[in-house]
Amino acid sequence: MRILVAMSGGVDSSVAAALLVDGGHEVVGATMKLWGGAGDSGCCSVADVTDARRVCDRLGIDHHVFNFTEVFNEMVVDPYVEAHRRGETPNPCVECNRHLKFDAFIARAERLGFDSVATGHHARVERDADGRSQLVRGHDRAKDQSYVLSILGSDQLDYLLLPVGTMEKSQVRAFAEQRGLITFAKPDSQDVCFIASRTKGLGRAQFLGERIDLHPARVVESASGAEHGEVAAVELVTIGQRRGLPTDSSMRPRYVIDVDVNKRVVTVGDREELMVLGLRLSNRTWVHEPRVSGTRVLAQMSAHGAARKATLDDEGLTFDEPSRKIARGQIVALYEEHCVVGSGVVC
Amino acid sequence: MTSAPERTSAYLDHGATTPVMSEVVDEMLVYLRDDFANPSGVYRAARDARRAIDDARDVLGEAFGCASGEIVFTSGGTEADNLAILGIERREGGRVVVSAIEHHGVLRPAESIGATIAPVGRDGLIDLDHLAQLLDDMTDLVSVMAVNNEVGTIQPMASVIKLVNTHAPTALIHCDAVQALAFCDVKTLTRGCDLVSYSAHKIGGPKGVGALVVNDRARARLHPILRGGSQERDLRAGTENVAGIAGFAVAVRITSQRRAETVERVRALRDRFVDTLVHEIPGVHESVDRNLRHPGNAHLVFPEVTNEEFLLLLDRYGVAASAGSSCASGAIEPSHVLVAMAMSPEEARSCIRFTLGQSSSGDEIDYAIASVIAAHHQIVASDRR
Repeated sequence: MRILVAMSGGVDSSVAAALLVDGGHEVVGATMKLWGGAGDSGCCSVADVTDARRVCDRLGIDHHVFNFTEVFNEMVVDPYVEAHRRGETPNPCVECNRHLKFDAFIARAERLGFDSVATGHHARVERDADGRSQLVRGHDRAKDQSYVLSILGSDQLDYLLLPVGTMEKSQVRAFAEQRGLITFAKPDSQDVCFIASRTKGLGRAQFLGERIDLHPARVVESASGAEHGEVAAVELVTIGQRRGLPTDSSMRPRYVIDVDVNKRVVTVGDREELMVLGLRLSNRTWVHEPRVSGTRVLAQMSAHGAARKATLDDEGLTFDEPSRKIARGQIVALYEEHCVVGSGVVC
Repeated sequence: MTSAPERTSAYLDHGATTPVMSEVVDEMLVYLRDDFANPSGVYRAARDARRAIDDARDVLGEAFGCASGEIVFTSGGTEADNLAILGIERREGGRVVVSAIEHHGVLRPAESIGATIAPVGRDGLIDLDHLAQLLDDMTDLVSVMAVNNEVGTIQPMASVIKLVNTHAPTALIHCDAVQALAFCDVKTLTRGCDLVSYSAHKIGGPKGVGALVVNDRARARLHPILRGGSQERDLRAGTENVAGIAGFAVAVRITSQRRAETVERVRALRDRFVDTLVHEIPGVHESVDRNLRHPGNAHLVFPEVTNEEFLLLLDRYGVAASAGSSCASGAIEPSHVLVAMAMSPEEARSCIRFTLGQSSSGDEIDYAIASVIAAHHQIVASDRR
């Protein structure tokens, strides 16, 4: 097969390419240049492109750079900024997967005559009894990335190979070292790639502050209505947040339980007040046919969070037991056992 | 369609660089292997090396239409451009004016000193009326390239020079003639310029060597940007690239001797290439009038095709072509030249530059034509799936 491997310059995609080369496939590596801004420090920096190219040199395969900066700005960065303006907590990595890695990239691979694309995600594509593609959690549960791929449909899964999904991360690194790939010891990427890491929170505040007006907001106790003071930027506050809030006289830990950007009010309360019985979901996607109301699922609300038992309804889902409230804009991945069935965005 | 079974590649990126002529390689080897001495020395071997540089200066002076002593050897076209833009004295409140379609070797240093950018028309030629308005007694330097590296347009240098001499008589005139040397009579084209940049590797010479012509008028107002030794009349410090300079001279001599023949032959190949593609592929057209381009340039618009993808497909056929310029990571950047020509971003993304050179041959062009048609068919077919 002719396979185009999306190579970030990290160890997982390096090993993905190596495994496919060893498997006798005709492999070409490609790195997406997504961001050319000042925060050029993330998963598409010049140094990472160089690493990807050197890995390809080592493997004896071609390497290309695709300039997707325009579509990345349009489909990921601008919506990210807009979501913060509305007081939501967007997940740009998922949107990048949705619009870049598994849309623009696959479309280009098809036009260039490739049979498949591969990435270094820790998840598995398996066939069910009917031969349909299923997205299954990665073998290394601690590194499982099926959450960020939960927006994919079967058309995309049919075209996708995830060669490291059957490996432990330690095996991936050991293989890379033994294969002589310079990326074997590179740390896992963590931050949003277009925001210069620096101090984590500060980077985001600066990035957004350069693009939208940030407004101070009153911090109000949910039960009593008592005011605790102000936060500097309501657009940067997220549900469940504990740090960076003015303390009240009782010195009890306070959690953000609601954010109202229009009224510029942040409501805080006890941890118990964060618990909700269900979530409303928009932008729902399904790997195959839509799941009907009443379907039992496991709902995962963050990349490596616990999956909670829930039942789908017309609006979203209801948890079996109260679960922590999730900020609007976050992705919920829906599973049946270890298999992704769909996704939604908290609204 | 013509078939060329024995051929598996075509090099159509002579605007980027050219294969080094075998005569050039032979000449360079002498100064790499045997006469390797530093020309600043006081012994025989050093004098041999010095003579090679002086001989080369004579060859270039003859070809460029200037005195040998006006040639300053540099590490290439970009350094020559930087020396001209950054090395020139600027008065308090004085201005530098450069065209919007200059090579980045001119544009970036010009931007760094706050230069005024002179616009171009949709035809890829500098807008002379607009340029005239930008010129006055406070203009220190005007820089306009002889031939654009991307769309291949030959700029109206005589008119530019006349305008500058009329509206800004004290201004110096710099011309980046890097792309002109292969096909144009640079002696005539750059007559009246004070500073002219050249590069060896665009005409069959080695990479890493170029020259800036500096006339006496410019010499009085030019300062080095590389400081150290007193080489190149104190205008460019650093031990001379003797082999490169000797090779440059051979490339210039052969290019000059063959120019008339090359121009006719390459023009015919280019016209066949363009005419066949325009005829065979619906919608394909030239970005600007062919009569405004140099004979080796074919700049084509392939509607609804992304040049980044098309180039990768052409690469699979062994066809080397280009589009825009590359950023630090190697990705293709939108072309500032096409943007300056007011082309829409969509159209600019659909442009491919094919550049022919002295080494281009008929069967190579036939192979390239067949490959471009096949690659285009593949990309269009997959879009319809």
